[in-house]
Amino acid sequence: MSAMLEVKDLVVSYGKIKAVKGISFSVEEGEVVTLIGTNGAGKTTTLRTISGLLRPVSGSITFKGQDLTKVQAHDIVQLGLAHSPEGRRIFPKLTVEENLNLGAFARRDKGIRADLEAAFDLFPILRERRSQPAGTFSGGEQQMLAMGRAMMSRPKMLMLDEPSMGLSPIMMKRIMTTVTTLQQQGTTILLVEQNAQAALKRANKGYVLEVGSIVLSGSGRELLESDDVRKAYLGED
Amino acid sequence: MDAFAQQLVNGLTLGSLYALIAVGYTVVYGIIQLINFAHGEIFMIGAFGALSTWIVLFKGQTALWMLPVMIVGAIAASVVTAVIMERAAYRPLRGAPRLAPLITAIGISVFLQEGVRLLYGKVPGFPDAKQKVPFPVIDGITGQSWNPGNIVIQRAAAFTILALVVCAIGLWIFVNRTKTGRAMQAVSQDPDTARLMGINVNRIIVVAFIIGATLAAIAGVAQGLQVTNINFKMGFLAGLKAFTAAVLGGIGNVWGAVLGGLTLGIVESMAVQFVPGTFGGSPWKDVWAFAILILVLVFRPQGLLGAKVVDRA
Repeated sequence: MSAMLEVKDLVVSYGKIKAVKGISFSVEEGEVVTLIGTNGAGKTTTLRTISGLLRPVSGSITFKGQDLTKVQAHDIVQLGLAHSPEGRRIFPKLTVEENLNLGAFARRDKGIRADLEAAFDLFPILRERRSQPAGTFSGGEQQMLAMGRAMMSRPKMLMLDEPSMGLSPIMMKRIMTTVTTLQQQGTTILLVEQNAQAALKRANKGYVLEVGSIVLSGSGRELLESDDVRKAYLGED
Repeated sequence: MDAFAQQLVNGLTLGSLYALIAVGYTVVYGIIQLINFAHGEIFMIGAFGALSTWIVLFKGQTALWMLPVMIVGAIAASVVTAVIMERAAYRPLRGAPRLAPLITAIGISVFLQEGVRLLYGKVPGFPDAKQKVPFPVIDGITGQSWNPGNIVIQRAAAFTILALVVCAIGLWIFVNRTKTGRAMQAVSQDPDTARLMGINVNRIIVVAFIIGATLAAIAGVAQGLQVTNINFKMGFLAGLKAFTAAVLGGIGNVWGAVLGGLTLGIVESMAVQFVPGTFGGSPWKDVWAFAILILVLVFRPQGLLGAKVVDRA
């Protein structure tokens, strides 16, 4: 069986500067796969290219057998691939409910109401605040909203870009637990994180990015136990 | 007191016209941060669209029922022009430095004015447009004014104010109660993330141009009815005033455009009546209007309703 998402020899540049220098990785259906690495390693660039917001210089991105590099960004969500972007990027002047409904913008079916309730069940605080403008929320609440919004498209695969960034330890744990919950509910997840330990603990597979290249890969457990990873990302000597 | 009430009526009329045009500046700016300086010409083309519709279908008649048909003709002319303009001139410049589309806008403005001036009269049956062209007389609109108390309310003025009220309600419903309206808000707040939601940003940009053109076309008809003639350069000053109104209200903010338009209209009318001496009277009204533009830009660049003025990161 071929992978759900297959990235091959991907090169992305901003002008003359190469941000991603020929990386390859794959995500199988039902897995949680994580890309870890420091700031500027090319993690966000990779996700934005998969979503069509950036175009690669070369290489291929195949999602469920389809070449994504030829699909417009706004058509990708309909293929079953959702992206919760770095910095949450909720629509600040719209209410929680309006934000969530925008997540279902590309859908035409009748299940949207039910999925709104499902998002509220996943994060009950969103139900309490459904008619408040989202810009007034704390970072953790905005992260929940961003994830709920991405799930409103009923994705087969969800890409999460640094969901734990700037969150309190308690909130971080809450978000990471949700990642596992979503996996159990059948969503495949590509998780980008700077918090390597939290990400690797939950990942079936991990890739370590350094200045645009993959330098290490393996199962989540292998990487957690690898000396290189421990030194570079987990702050151990 | 009568003079005040009269100027209030005049100001609301003028302000409604500015507001209808200003919405077009502000919706487009809110989505792509472009000041479409050719928008005044879309207003002018609306007026000519209404006139053309009348000439083709109703020449010589004055019945009131023709007015809605003329308005449809006006909207069609303005919308088609605006959509072609976006497609042919602005879309290829998306992502170019901001000066490029701005200069282009000025170019389109001259192009459209000269196009109407030189070519309108060449169409068989259409009058020469190098000078003022008389606008059709419509029963019930161009007739006797109403005179409550000692003030004069022209019927065409009442039509203008009513047009603004109807358009503002329609716009509110569109922006807040339809899926496309919501998508438009999303694009103006964060275009990249809007694309991740599956929103086709190019389509939303076209929608913004269509909304602006529709309201400008209605304003064009209102202006024709009030002044009873139209000309190819009517969009220039009206466009600049409406731009001032949009800035005054807070460019990018739809309700700011309405408020800014009404405020500017009232200030202009009051200045004509109440500023004494050399600086009073109608010759100075444009000076007052643009003095407001300068004051707003210096002291409150975000406008009355404080929309964003900083560029997004």
